[in-house]
Formats: sequence, structure tokens, C-alpha cells
Amino acid sequence: MTAPGLGVSKRLVATTPAGMGSPSGRQGRAELPQLPSAPSTESRLDLLRWPLLRAVLRSRWPQLLVRVAALAGFLVAVLAGLLGTPVGNHNFGIVLVWIAWWTIMMLVALPFFGRGWCSICPIPVPGEWLQHGALLNPRRDGMGFRRAWPARLKNIWLQNGAFSGVAVCSAVVLTQPRITAVVLLAFLFVAIGTSLIYERRAFCRYLCPVGGFIGLYSQLAPVAIRVKNKATCAAHTDKSCYRGSADGAGCPWLLYPGALTKNTYCGMCMECVRTCPYDNIAVTLRPFGADLRSPAGRRLDEAFKGFIMLGAAMVYSAVMLGPWGDLKMAAYDIGSARWFAYALGVLVFINGVLPGLFLGAVSAGRALVASTQPVKRSFVSFAYALVPLGLMAWIAFSLSFVFASISYLWPTMSDPFGLGWDLFGTAHASWQPYLTRSVPTMQAIVLVGGFAWSAVTAHRIAAEEHEQRMALRQAAPVIAYCFLITVCLMGLLIA
Amino acid sequence: MRAEWGARLLVVLGAVGLAVLTVFAVRVPADAVELRGRMADDGGWTPGAIMARVGEPLTLRMTSDDVVHGFAIGQSARPAVDLLPGAWITTTVTFDQPGKYTYYCTRWCGPNHWRMRGTIDVAGPGMRAPADSVPLFLRLKLDLDQAHPSDVVPTETPAAARADGLLAAVALESGDLRTQSPVQVWRTLRKRPANTGLTDRQLWDEVAAVWRAATSPERLAEGRRLYGDNCAACHGETGRGDGVMAKSLAAGPAANSMVGEHTGMPGMSGHGTVAPTDFTNRRNMLGASAAFLQGKIIRGGMGTGMPYWGPIFTESQLWALVDYLWTFQFDYGSSAGSSAASRTKRDSASKPATRPH
Repeated sequence: MTAPGLGVSKRLVATTPAGMGSPSGRQGRAELPQLPSAPSTESRLDLLRWPLLRAVLRSRWPQLLVRVAALAGFLVAVLAGLLGTPVGNHNFGIVLVWIAWWTIMMLVALPFFGRGWCSICPIPVPGEWLQHGALLNPRRDGMGFRRAWPARLKNIWLQNGAFSGVAVCSAVVLTQPRITAVVLLAFLFVAIGTSLIYERRAFCRYLCPVGGFIGLYSQLAPVAIRVKNKATCAAHTDKSCYRGSADGAGCPWLLYPGALTKNTYCGMCMECVRTCPYDNIAVTLRPFGADLRSPAGRRLDEAFKGFIMLGAAMVYSAVMLGPWGDLKMAAYDIGSARWFAYALGVLVFINGVLPGLFLGAVSAGRALVASTQPVKRSFVSFAYALVPLGLMAWIAFSLSFVFASISYLWPTMSDPFGLGWDLFGTAHASWQPYLTRSVPTMQAIVLVGGFAWSAVTAHRIAAEEHEQRMALRQAAPVIAYCFLITVCLMGLLIA
Repeated sequence: MRAEWGARLLVVLGAVGLAVLTVFAVRVPADAVELRGRMADDGGWTPGAIMARVGEPLTLRMTSDDVVHGFAIGQSARPAVDLLPGAWITTTVTFDQPGKYTYYCTRWCGPNHWRMRGTIDVAGPGMRAPADSVPLFLRLKLDLDQAHPSDVVPTETPAAARADGLLAAVALESGDLRTQSPVQVWRTLRKRPANTGLTDRQLWDEVAAVWRAATSPERLAEGRRLYGDNCAACHGETGRGDGVMAKSLAAGPAANSMVGEHTGMPGMSGHGTVAPTDFTNRRNMLGASAAFLQGKIIRGGMGTGMPYWGPIFTESQLWALVDYLWTFQFDYGSSAGSSAASRTKRDSASKPATRPH
């Protein structure tokens, strides 16, 4: 077996300076046939050109180290949730997951690295270990049935449902350590079970509620994994990036990199970077929101994910930041009649009211330009205009509590289980909100920016069918819809 | 293969090992009793009973699992300590006498705050500290559930400052003031031929002077503190029965219960709550004796929502509290320290009589 790890990466760096379409020429491997080297379809900056970054990304060890650290943090968060203080803002599990992790996720990881989190997420580690029979190099003698995921479920409707389910319980999930621990454990065990039954990372691809929205918003990220030259992929009969090789697993996300056009389902695990013998995979730096410019791959399930996320941001803002005591009580009182009414209301709002109004806006736009496109296609296409606004809504929502609550991290780091420890001398650090005066301004800027971005995107989507002026006319009702949502968010978050 | 085993070792040691270590680390020091406070509806104190021995330090590691609670031991001079949510505080107590002590929450943590009580059973040699003498209301065999309206009430707040105080000695001669209601003393004074020339209001002023003479600024200050800490949440800072908890108590099941009608004791159902007593109600208060009020505080309201304070307050504290309650009826003037009536001029004479609890 080829020894994986840093040594291999160093050799690769040395032997493949920029050779698109040329075999990597690794030692001990059969000579690879020369493949066509047509001009690249991606002319953007390839981050793998930097030797250090290339070495770090191709080696499994750095990724493994981060995942082990994340797994340790995950387990400590679960244990803190189960064994530590039930006081949410003093429980390490709550603070680590819903304040620290969420902050990093929403303000840094997601906008700038897309699915970067998925590449270091600890939840699939145990399941993958069992499935592959190894942590570093996948083998054929791992455990499990490796069944194909059911064809009818090859979409994100389950993720949409899972996220909606968590969303209606969020008031409790986000504040009660025991519940948070149970939810995290459920993620872990479902991921393990799924790995043992189905092939590859079926949990991440089709079930994980977090992965669902990360995928949606990763379309905006300026980092993407793409092939350098599609002709090389087309001519490469082994398709080791998908099928796997001695150098690594076939794409755990069930993607063929040669056909990648958007980030939504690429977990950035770097397996294809490791398995491509022609060094034809690039980690590109590109403009924000580049994926939205391509009409390819737009789907109804993803469109509804956009409504769910946008609606959830509004509901969270109303429940957690709003002055409506009865709404809060209903959200917290899980299992009661008023909670069922609340849950029903939330589900109808995010799955019915928001899409319904949007359908009205899309229909109005179609009528203005006498569009000949099918209604469903217009609806789905324009729904992607909500993606920027949705991400910005979540960033604005996160800003509302991140700076106010991040100081809870200092004492919980020193006393993660609420047992009176003082590991770092910060156990008695008092709560201290930061930037309280600046946050509303920041939120306003983020929301206005999100609206502008969505408006431009809506216009661009309309321009796929019409010339500029007509496109603006068709996009106008959708832009008005985005404006209405923005005003509502302003009211909920800032007013 | 060596790398693979290294990776596995890393995962096991780095993640699982840390988790296992954590489980072993999560232990309460053996020499301390862990005491957690939660709102009464969620379980109150855990544990609810603690064992200790005379002369042996009892170390308590305490925290609150929800809101701010306070910890104090009844009939003790030991100051209360606040328990902040999620924060731990350690305190050590040593008992020099055996007996059963009550610890309780000192912060208004919820509608059933007063139910947050537990006991420390202290065993060992020695005699329990002499219990406070049998409460006066028991010696007098007072029926605390009997209505006690005053059929005569002043038209304005009696003010001690307006009285000449000459009748105080006369009133005191009539017996232990704690056993008499203000209206009884007023009647005694009214019957004296020498007072024929005094108006009713002047006589009420004399009664106020008599009550003022029976207390002191220090006792009133102590009573005011106790009232603020323990009573005001229901009875209100001004004594009108309009504290922050009053609305929820009034909405309790006993408020609409028919049981009281069957027993002849309005509001008496054995469970539930009723609206807190209005201490500014003249008809109620001027017909009650200090012994009666003290009995109510000791025993509680028996199904009205009024807690029993017997295990919590010392006798001295009880009397100080009763002294303070009279300030909702009498204006002692600034020289007498705290006088609620001087702050509350509202005339409540026209209010219907209700049973205090």
C-alpha cells in the first residue's frame, strides 16, 4: 500500500509544478497515459499553486488533526450537556455549539469557505472509520452494506424536513444543555447508522440539517473545488476521483468532480485532490456568489431550502429577540397545545406563506414580460435570488447575539462542566457584551447589502431569458418581495 | 500501516480519551454536599434533606440551576448567600446544637418561591437550643381562621404625632397590648369618662401613640427589612396586597373555590391561593391583635398561598415584623423610624373586610 500522508504530498509538489493534464508521476505507480490538455474552463486563481497550502490540503494528517480536535470538542460538548450545569449560558456545550461554533460558522466559515466546515466536521468520523475500515486510507474490508441511497430520496427534502423539525424546537434546543446533547448524539448515531447501511457520506449529503443550509449558502463562497480541464476528466477512464483509488476514497459526497458546476454538495474533503492522477483538481478563488450565475442545477428542493432558511431567520428573530412573551412561551412549551399551534404556524409560514407570496411576485413578473417559461421553472430560478438575502439575514441575526453572548465563553472554557473548575483563570469572568452600539449599524449594513445582492441576482436571473430592460421589469416584483423581507428583518432585528 | 495505527491512536486518545477523562473528572468532592436550587415547580432544593453532626463542619457547594436563588438557614443569624445560575459558591456551617433546621430560598424566584425549603437534620450530643416559647396565639387559643373585622374605624390615618400620649400608660394598664386589637384599646379608652371630651379621631391618634410607644425605631427598621425581603412580593411594598406576585395568587384555584363557602371560611380550601391581604384595610387590621398577626405569620395561611414562617423567623423577628405591619395603619411620624402609613395616605376604610392570611 502506498504510504499516505505528507510524504506523498511533498513528492507531488515537486513533480507537478503546473502540469494540467500531465500524470503526477508518483513513485511506484504505473505510467499514466497522456490525456488531452485543452484550455482550462476555470481561469481563476488555483490555491493549490501555493506549495505549503497544497501540501496541507493533500495530506490527510492536518485534516485528521483538526477533525480529532473537533471530535474532542464535540464529545466534551455532549458530556457537558449531559453532566454539566443545566444553566444554558454557563454550560460549555451550549456556549461552544450555539455561540462559538455558530459564530465561526455564520460569520466566517460559511461566507468565505462555503462547505469548509464539512471538511473538518467530526460527526462523520466514527461512521467513516467503520465504513472504510481505516482512518487514513480507505480499504475494501470496512463494515456495512454500502447500499445505494434510494433514488427517490436523492434530494434535500429530508434535510429540509429535518431542519424544519429542529427549527420548531429551537427555543429549547438552543438553550437547554441536555436537549442540545441529545440532538448532537442523535446526529452522531444517525451518521454512524447511515454509514453502515449506505455508501459514502449519505448522512452528510441527504440527511444532515446543518449540511443542508451550508450547501445552499456555499454557492456564495469565494472558494470552490473545480476541475482544471474538463477534457482531461472526460478522457480519464478510471474516474478515480469518483471510484477511488489507492490514494484515497471516491468522492464521499457522490459527486463526479468533472461535472461540478456549483458548491452545493461538494464537502471540500479534498479526496479528489488526492485521487486525481492528473493533478486536474483546483481549489479556486473566485468572486462571491459565482454559482448563482449559472442556471444549471436549479431545483425545487433547494428553492424551498431558501424559503425555509429565510423564514427560520425571521421566526428566530421574532422568538428570541422580539418582545412577544406569549410567542416565546409557546415556542418553549414543547408538547403543549400552544406549542403545536406555534409549530404549525411556523411551518405554514416558511413552507406556505413565504413561497406563496413569492409565487405571486414571480407570477407578476412573468405577466409583466409575458414570459413563456413554465411557472415552476421561473419560481425555482428566481428563488435562488433569495440565497444572498438569506445568508445576510442569518449573519444579521447572529450578530444580534454573538457580541452580546460571546463573553459567556470565557468562564465556560475554564469550567466546562460547571463544577467550579478554573482551568484558564477565567471561571469568574463576568458577562460583558461587546460592540452593543455598533451592532445595529452592522446589521443594517448587512441586510441592505443582502437586499442589494439579491436584487442584482434576481435581475441577472431574469436576464437569462430577456434583455436588460425587460429583465428588470420581470425581476421588479421579486426585488419588491426581497425589499419587503428586508424591511421585516430590519424591524425584527433592529427596530 | 504504521501511519494508520498512529491515526487510530490519535483519535482514541485525543477524542475518546478526553471524553473518558472527563467522566472521571466529573466528581463532587467527597467532603462537600452539593446543593442545587431550582424553582419549586422544577424540584426546589436537591437534596431536600441533609444530615449533619453537631460540631462537625458541614460544607455546602451550592449553585442554582435556573434563576437567582438565595440560601439561608432559618432562625439563624447567618446571612443569606445568593446562588447565581451556573455559578458555584461554597460555604461551611457548624451546628452547636442538634435538631432540625430549615434552609430556604431568600430570593423571589417564582410564584412558589416559598416552597423552596429543605431541612438539615443535625444529630449528636447536646440538647437542642431551647425552642422559642410556645407562640402567644397558641397560648391564647386564637382561632386564626376566624374573621376579625373592626366595627369602628377611623376616617383618616391615626397619627401618633397628633396625640399627647398621656393615655398610653392608661392603655398599657389594661393588659398585654399584644393580645389586644387596636379597636379593643380604642373602646377601652372610649369608655373612660375622662375621655368623653375627646373626639373619635383624637382617640385613634392616642391609640397610634400607644402602639408607637410599644415599639422602637430599631425594631421597625428590622421589621421593614424582613417585610421587604419576605412579604412585599405578595403584599406589596405599600402593604396594599398588590405585590408582583399578587395577580397570580389571586388567579389561583382557591380564589374561585366553593370549598370556602362550605366551611364558612372564605378562601379556605386547603389548597390553591387567594389574593394577598391588604394591610392598609382598616376594618381588617384594626380588629386584629398582634398575637393574631404573629400566629398568622408563624402558621401561614393554610391553603391560601401564605407560607408558614415559623421555622424561619426567630420570635424577635416575628414581633419586629408585626410591629412593622402596624405602620400601614398608624402614622408614627418620622421620629419613630419607618412608618408606612405616613407614606400611604390612601383611605381604605370603605374596603370590605377580607380575611388576612
